[in-house]
Amino acid sequence: MPAKRKSSSRNSAPELLFGDLWEFDPAPESAAPNLKDTYSLFIGGKEVAPRSRNYFESVNPATEKALTRIPAAGKADIGAAFTAAESGYQNYWSKLSGKERGKYLYRIARLLQDRSREFAVAESLDGGKPIKESRDFDLPMAAAHFFYYAGWADKLEYALPGASTTPYGVVGQIIPWNFPLLMLAWKIAPALAAGNCVVIKPAETTSITALKFAEILQEAELPPGVVNIVSGAGATGQLIVDHPAAKKIAFTGSTAVGKAIMRSTAGTGKGLTLELGGKAANIVFDDAPIDQAVEGVVNGIFFNQGHVCCAGSRLLVQESIAKAFVQKLKARIATLRVGDPLDKNTDIGAINSKGQLDKITELVASGVSEGAELFQSKCSLPKQGYFFRPSLFQGVTQSHRIAREEIFGPVLSILTFRTVGEAIEKANNTAYGLSAGVWTDKGSKILKMSTALKAGVVWANTYNKFDPTSPFGGYKESGFGREGGKQGVADYLKINA
Amino acid sequence: MPRISITKTPKAYVGGKFIRSESGRVFPLTNANGEFICNIPQCTRKDTRNAVEVAGKAGAGWASKTAYNRGQILYRLGEMMEARSEELAQSIAITGEVSLSQARAEVALSIDRVVYYAGWTDKYEQVLGNTNPVAGPFFNFSVTEPVGVVSVFCSDHAPLLGLISQVLPIITSGNSVVVLASSTNPYPAILLGEMLATSDLPGGVLNILSGYKEELLDTFASHEHIRGSDLCVSGDLAKQAEVLAAESVKRIHVRESDVDWTKDTAQSLYAIRNFLEFKTTWHPIGA
Repeated sequence: MPAKRKSSSRNSAPELLFGDLWEFDPAPESAAPNLKDTYSLFIGGKEVAPRSRNYFESVNPATEKALTRIPAAGKADIGAAFTAAESGYQNYWSKLSGKERGKYLYRIARLLQDRSREFAVAESLDGGKPIKESRDFDLPMAAAHFFYYAGWADKLEYALPGASTTPYGVVGQIIPWNFPLLMLAWKIAPALAAGNCVVIKPAETTSITALKFAEILQEAELPPGVVNIVSGAGATGQLIVDHPAAKKIAFTGSTAVGKAIMRSTAGTGKGLTLELGGKAANIVFDDAPIDQAVEGVVNGIFFNQGHVCCAGSRLLVQESIAKAFVQKLKARIATLRVGDPLDKNTDIGAINSKGQLDKITELVASGVSEGAELFQSKCSLPKQGYFFRPSLFQGVTQSHRIAREEIFGPVLSILTFRTVGEAIEKANNTAYGLSAGVWTDKGSKILKMSTALKAGVVWANTYNKFDPTSPFGGYKESGFGREGGKQGVADYLKINA
Repeated sequence: MPRISITKTPKAYVGGKFIRSESGRVFPLTNANGEFICNIPQCTRKDTRNAVEVAGKAGAGWASKTAYNRGQILYRLGEMMEARSEELAQSIAITGEVSLSQARAEVALSIDRVVYYAGWTDKYEQVLGNTNPVAGPFFNFSVTEPVGVVSVFCSDHAPLLGLISQVLPIITSGNSVVVLASSTNPYPAILLGEMLATSDLPGGVLNILSGYKEELLDTFASHEHIRGSDLCVSGDLAKQAEVLAAESVKRIHVRESDVDWTKDTAQSLYAIRNFLEFKTTWHPIGA
């Protein structure tokens, strides 16, 4: 039972305390991740050494120690991957009926479920996310995406009613490091269901689960070349974007890289969908269910260390409740446990990479120097590894960098507003438009806000909820195209003129 | 003595007003024999920026009208065109590129296409939007919204039907448009402005400029307040347009200039969908 601290005044609510009377014992997840010392590229249904002969190390961000060696695919490797994908499309995938394609996707979903704990541990080791998230969110959601899109494979005529469609053929896909396996599932499942073959590149710092996924594909006996997995850094991604056999590019990552890809594909006639950055407003009105809203705001920004493109990184709280709300928020943040990603009690794991930690540190320093007031949890941090305290800024103005730039870390910027109109204007005052949150008990206000907010996903009285049936994607400079739902499969089909 | 007729001064249609180019420039419209017909405003980048500004202001009001009301207003545009269909046909045939009977057929198809899209205003959402059966206690639905201001380059042939085929699906959903009329014959587009002015379509929703693609490409493809572009351009211009659109992540669709607008597939629900955003809203279900 949590202890209660005596309240200083009779009117203020007692403050709940967690974990200051008894220390939590470590509760490490012990399932084996079954990592290899050296990984291979997966091309044409085979695990092959890179022709480039280059490798790089994948580092555990919680210990700064190398986990395994990852191949860096070069031009010859990307060429081989696209040759394999074209052959996979011509010889196998385009000849299969939708019904049969779907069966392979069902197999993949089931095999992923079978090995989900092993993959969850690998994901947390490689990326730094808490095991409770990789175990309870990333893995089940990845399997669910394959299961959902499996069923679309023989029902494509309902995705774009009245239109005659064809798949693109071969698609190039590039995914980020924040949800490595889940983003892979978001990309591969709808592409395959629609009848395409893919060449996919995981992010440089989180390639392990993608390369382990090649084992699942072999267990599922997916025909050779239908999925080709190539690892490497940005240069490898550019080779994919520029390859003439890629008839469509699907990218999830930063807005800057998304714009560069748009320039690269200009004039080529390639299809393109982009899921880019965000700077979401999470708006709390004075009539909101306050305790629920506090939980929602905490989940909105600290889920996955804040490495979430749709993170609720700008809290807009109505001025009349701002003081009390921020007080509750600080009390809640103080209870978050930061540490070993493999510990089942950990709320916030390791920052994905040294580079990202440096970026967060630099942006937080800019917040301080621009005059915002920083509050950080006093929790203890591990001595090794890349960790960052849960942080919030008060007194943020719209011109501050921390209110405009995507931090992609556990840092919340708090602004206030007085009227509904002001909340809308501040929320929309950004080049991004991926997501938004609204907290109020008034239904008509929710619908008004949901209509007025220029964002692809609006969470009302909840935050950071995802589902394979639910389309996800941005307005404005947060990109175009949707992942999830029937809109997600439609983006992998061409409408015949 | 024969009566001397009054000739009309062609003007651009911006914000519900008939204007000359701010530059004061014009270019001559001639027929196939090179004979002078009239002077056409040669609009500039500044004219384009002004049009984008009024389109942005008009957009919110247009998008917030009921779908039924938008349908009636577009249908009324059809009524206005039908009443002046002979005048429209004459304007298409004025340059001598097509015969008057071909021009009449183009007008008839154009009017029918207006009516086609008028009928979609309160239906496309029912086909494209949906609720999503998420695995949890949430009500979740996806609806569409217009992207905002869209820029359009018309193809040079079929000066009326091409414009209608590109622009109508865009405004059907509540977007506003800045369109550059066919450079070889902008006259039907200029006439259409007069019909728009009496159609109840709010001023600023559809703005018609005349001029040259090469001169205006930069603004049409790169202006940050333009959220989508539907451009008939080929080759280097097409590539240049797509490069320019990247800076503001515009929804850009380029197409060759030789589209056959008479085909059945030249009108489609998916022409509406090209300039929509999908918005998904979640709410918990509980007491």
